[in-house]
Amino acid sequence: HRHDKTFSPSGDGERILPSEVDMSSPLMYGTPSSRVEGTPRSGVGGTPARQRPDLGSIRKAPQVDLHSEPPSADGAVASEQALGQKLVIWGTDVNVGTCKEKFQRFLQRFIDPASNEDENAGLDLNEPLYMQKLEEISVVGEPVLNVNCSHVQSFDADLYRQLISYPQEVIPTFDMAVNELFFERFPDSILEHQIQVRPYNALKTRNMRSLNPEDIDQMITISGMVIRTSQLIPEMQEAFFQCQVCAFFTRVEVDRGRIAEPAVCRNCNTIHSLALIHNRSAFSDKQMIKVQESPDDMPAGQTPHTTIVYAHNDLVDKVQPGDRINITGIYRAVPMRENPRQSNVKSVYKTHIDVIHFRKTDEKRLHGLDEDSDQKLFTEERVQILKELASKPDVYDRLSSALAPSIYEHEDIKKGILLQLFGGTRKDFSQTGRGNFRAEVNILLCGDPGTSKSQLLQYVFNLVPRGQYTSGKGSSAVGLTAYVMKDPETKQLVLQTGALVLSDNGICCIDEFDKMSDSTRSVLHEVMEQQTLSIAKAGIICQLNARTSVLAAANPVESQWNPKKTTIENIQLPHTLLSRFDLIFLMLDPQDEAYDRRLAHHLVALYYQSEEQIEEEFLDMAVLKDYIAYARTYINPRLNEEASQALIEAYVDMRKIGSGRGMVSAYPRQLESLIRLAEAHAKVRFSDKVETIDVEEAKRLHREALKQSATDPRTGFVDISILTTGMSATARKRKEEVARALKKMIQSKGKTPAMKYQQLFDDLRGQSEAAITKDMFEEALRALADEDYLTVTGKTVRLL
Amino acid sequence: MRMWFVCRFCCPAAQSNSNPEWEAKVLEYFKGQLKEKESHSWVPSLNDVPLHYLKPNSLVKFRCLVQDMFDPEFYMGVYETVDPSTKANVLRCGKYKDVTECGVDLNSRNTVTAERQTFYCVPIPGESPWAKEISFLSAARVVPSTSYVPSRQKRSYEEDDDMDTQPQKQREPHTGGGTKWCHRQETEAPSSQTTAPSDCSSHLDLNFPLPGERGPACLVKVYEGLDSFKLNDTLEIYGILSVNPVLTVLGEEKDPSLLLLNPTESMETPEEQRAHDPPASLVPRLHMLYARPLQHNNPLLPSAPTEDQSAFVSSFLVEMASVRAELLAYLTHVLLGDGLAAEYLLLHLISNVYTRRDVLPLGKFTLNLSGCPLNSYTERLYQIVQQLVPCSYRLSMSLHTMNSMRLVPKKDYVANRLVSGALQLARNTSLFLDETQLEQGQLDSSGVRNITALGNLISWQKVDYDFSYHQMEFPCNINVLVTSEGRSLLPSDCQVPLQPQVTPPNMEEYLTTIHMAQFTSQINKFRVYLSLARTLDYSISDEVTKAVEDDFVDMRKDDPQSVTAEDLHRMLVVASITCSSNGWMRAKHIDMLRRSRTEQQKSLNGNEP
Repeated sequence: HRHDKTFSPSGDGERILPSEVDMSSPLMYGTPSSRVEGTPRSGVGGTPARQRPDLGSIRKAPQVDLHSEPPSADGAVASEQALGQKLVIWGTDVNVGTCKEKFQRFLQRFIDPASNEDENAGLDLNEPLYMQKLEEISVVGEPVLNVNCSHVQSFDADLYRQLISYPQEVIPTFDMAVNELFFERFPDSILEHQIQVRPYNALKTRNMRSLNPEDIDQMITISGMVIRTSQLIPEMQEAFFQCQVCAFFTRVEVDRGRIAEPAVCRNCNTIHSLALIHNRSAFSDKQMIKVQESPDDMPAGQTPHTTIVYAHNDLVDKVQPGDRINITGIYRAVPMRENPRQSNVKSVYKTHIDVIHFRKTDEKRLHGLDEDSDQKLFTEERVQILKELASKPDVYDRLSSALAPSIYEHEDIKKGILLQLFGGTRKDFSQTGRGNFRAEVNILLCGDPGTSKSQLLQYVFNLVPRGQYTSGKGSSAVGLTAYVMKDPETKQLVLQTGALVLSDNGICCIDEFDKMSDSTRSVLHEVMEQQTLSIAKAGIICQLNARTSVLAAANPVESQWNPKKTTIENIQLPHTLLSRFDLIFLMLDPQDEAYDRRLAHHLVALYYQSEEQIEEEFLDMAVLKDYIAYARTYINPRLNEEASQALIEAYVDMRKIGSGRGMVSAYPRQLESLIRLAEAHAKVRFSDKVETIDVEEAKRLHREALKQSATDPRTGFVDISILTTGMSATARKRKEEVARALKKMIQSKGKTPAMKYQQLFDDLRGQSEAAITKDMFEEALRALADEDYLTVTGKTVRLL
Repeated sequence: MRMWFVCRFCCPAAQSNSNPEWEAKVLEYFKGQLKEKESHSWVPSLNDVPLHYLKPNSLVKFRCLVQDMFDPEFYMGVYETVDPSTKANVLRCGKYKDVTECGVDLNSRNTVTAERQTFYCVPIPGESPWAKEISFLSAARVVPSTSYVPSRQKRSYEEDDDMDTQPQKQREPHTGGGTKWCHRQETEAPSSQTTAPSDCSSHLDLNFPLPGERGPACLVKVYEGLDSFKLNDTLEIYGILSVNPVLTVLGEEKDPSLLLLNPTESMETPEEQRAHDPPASLVPRLHMLYARPLQHNNPLLPSAPTEDQSAFVSSFLVEMASVRAELLAYLTHVLLGDGLAAEYLLLHLISNVYTRRDVLPLGKFTLNLSGCPLNSYTERLYQIVQQLVPCSYRLSMSLHTMNSMRLVPKKDYVANRLVSGALQLARNTSLFLDETQLEQGQLDSSGVRNITALGNLISWQKVDYDFSYHQMEFPCNINVLVTSEGRSLLPSDCQVPLQPQVTPPNMEEYLTTIHMAQFTSQINKFRVYLSLARTLDYSISDEVTKAVEDDFVDMRKDDPQSVTAEDLHRMLVVASITCSSNGWMRAKHIDMLRRSRTEQQKSLNGNEP
């Protein structure tokens, strides 16, 4: 015998015994009465169902008002049964049976071979995905099944539409379907409660700003950042009343936040004898969470919107302020409660989202690349425009000239920065023990003050979505990395991330790099090669990913760049750090008449050109942004055979240049740089293959940068050792020569255990043909001291 | 008459709500009516008339700055009421209203949910007393539209002189409300409002960007074109005033026992409630029908109809050159006879960020006036600037203020609002940074942040608002004038050391005399000139382009270090502001003079960087 009652108006007066109602009815599902031990006829019945306050009670939905129109629902059921027609849930087009069947079919058949979600890691992608997950549930015992809505959509578009439009009705049906299936498969498994389906990634809405009244009571997914979480709120689900006279008890369900207190005891007919017993009432956990839209989603010049989100039961305390999350849930609008003492009410609704599923978007920064959050949705037309642009032969030049058009010339620097914006291809060598291979290009700009370095940095910072701008002067190691803060309210330690971590997958612009303190700079060593940050503070030890490109600007120590000195001498940065920059450019004032004229012309045009003229000449910044974003997400070029050969040749050539003069002019790091630059150049072309032209350009740019920064001012040759060891080979040779001469001189003096410092210096100067500076003399002394030949104490030099 | 049609449109229109066109028609109608000559001045202004003199549900206007944008809210656009006695259902319109009629049927199928947004608006920060005064008087001159008649006798502009010429009286116009006009508003408002305790405004932080500001703040409900509004826009809003006391009662009457059961009520913290639902008697609601973006808030210039404005501009252009010369002479006196500094000050006052090329704001011209005499000279100078520009603020950069003051707006997540800071200013506000007040000492971290914010403002014309988890950049257009003893520690586009030609024994007397010598009509001309010159377009001929190139190359030939690209930037800005055929020559000339002066200063001091 089967009572096919889709809706049972189970008020407090007439209580239907559980056995009378089909346990699998969506209504029964989750209502408190079903917590009463079900008949042990199956696994489904044997496992208690758990309430789903996230879905709300069906009766609470405004459009399904059974109390006002019960006859129509009952009538429909009756007549449909009689006619053998399809039965639908009132107010929707959902037929429970069909819906259940469809979902079971989906679970049993859906295969996604191209899946790359990390949740699916370890699963056989050619087998039905969700059946494997069910198996997992039977092993692990966590009765939650996360379902990706895009899977449902690709499998059955109609089911997806129903899920989005009537989540409140469809999700319980899904629950029902999955539990039937599960206990059929794994009849012996014991779960804490019945499996709950948690859909996520509903494509309907991505942006908080686009929520509108049409989304009410629909399932939506939005992204945002948690800004506040409330304390746990116990929400009463069912009140327990006991008669003070005869101890008779009754349970009353909470409906729309109200309890209908029974006035009369049904047992002894005493009036007003029932008292609420708190510790026998049923409560569920609830937490209010405030979410703010992520800054990337916002139109310029407006303030971010916030939305209130309610988390229920096990979703409580899953997120912390500062987390970036994707929320899937049901959007609700509740009218302001009527005040009995007031006849008119505020005509405003309160809106919130009942969460069904949380997905942190930045959590995975700790262990893997998160494609999800970065993926920007491009419209077909946009992609078309971008591809058209990419097919132009001069796209590279176009893009580089579109970069910071207000800054004059410096073509190669702009090209370098352009390649930095695109970045190389990410490769993973962790299996071979090499770890991640850096894909980010680091660039250092050095030069005279007032050569618009800061402006270039500002531009880049504004161009990239995850850009950070700090000044070496003001930033400390703590501000760059991460610090631990105690939350004043909860006394909980919170890890606050600094500029480098925040610009993960972006660019960190550091101005006045030379003004940075040594301890701060030392942090960069790890970031710039290993792309990670280690923190050990206040009991928190962790390693954060900081896959950030660094674009730094440094001024010379003297106010002007001294062309007679090497780069290192000019900016006084440790060579260990300098060697981590792929490209080091000098931005110097060329002091050339033709240049001056062009510059003047450029600036005049800048000030007087009209808006339209400018737009004709240059690419829109938005297009450039999209172009870069598209290439970064979708293009992953690989080296082809020719290009590999070209790279090898290039590297060998670079090594050869030096070996002729007895010095090393290239290190493996330079080869890595070349590969990155070539890959980035291929990305600019939207090409999946790195070809010879990419290598050529990488070579050219690398050479250009070296020519500028690694030229030995004494010899005029490019000498990479200036950057790698901080001293040119000729300088080192000369140092050795001076030391040798000094030693010879001392030896020639015969046995004198101590000498005067000044006298020795004068002697050496008199003896030597080349001019010897005090610095050189001291260096020589130091070299000899290192050999344990002598020691210097104050003004005397002692032989050992 | 106006109030009448407002009432009428709200009721019958609701009946015909099946036709959404009526909404558009209503807006059309109002826009049409407001286009009529002078009709906009018939509408009483919240800026001028105390709130309790305005009739609820009538059309009012408000000249304001959008200080914060709250979350969008859903409201009952159309709803049904049931008459308890007759059981008759009536459809009603919820638009432009805060509160519904009696007996709402919440389960009605005819309910239409619509969306609107609330902006928190404050009067334009730092609006000069003269601008308030004149706009008030001109409004009062046209038919007094409410029951409110200013108790004070109307005064002619000439009579205003007694105020203008006594700067001592308005020593601190911002903090004390030194002008008579401000006094009037203050003293009158509470006297008639016996029901509300007069000190309740002190408990409620109305979130004005500048300390000591007064005036009504307003919650503006916006229905159309939400995307066209931006934070810090200056608008003249026409809308329906709503001060229904229910708004307040609803917020306060809370039964704690209900809270537990109805968490929808508890999701707002008390702070949030205070910020979002302040008592309507203090922060009225305004349902926007139409908003006019303000290019300037100078009441002496026609602002609305474009034909009027162009006629006005062309008539003034004839006078332009002479007014400029007079203004220059005036400023020269003020700057103790330093003509060069006066010219730069003039250029600074009419500078304007007219466009941005990627990150570079073009047209900004921050002036650093160094070598200012101490002892309240800068304060007097500010008062004179304040008399000339419609919006200004003097930030005394003492160590204490730098360490304690909030310059950058910050999001308060508990109250869910943007707590304003002194740098949240309307476009073209004159920010007067008085570095002479800075003494030696320790800047704490907030002081460093404040200095950085000022530096960013000057270099990039942007302010990074603090949203605690991230920062958000808001571009601005603020004229920054820095007065200092030596070279300012802040960056600037142009530094001019002041070289006083006269040393008056009594500075105060000297400046007062100069000020007295000007008629109000003359001052008004200066005011018009400054506002107008700023809006003029710049253009350059090919010959001048050529001349600039030649000159630049020539200058660099002699000494490449002497003229850099930065110098050229500055000269081009000057040339474009000078805005005459020989702009470039003049720019070159005065820059030369200025540079020789700085050189001189350097060699004099020897220790300047």
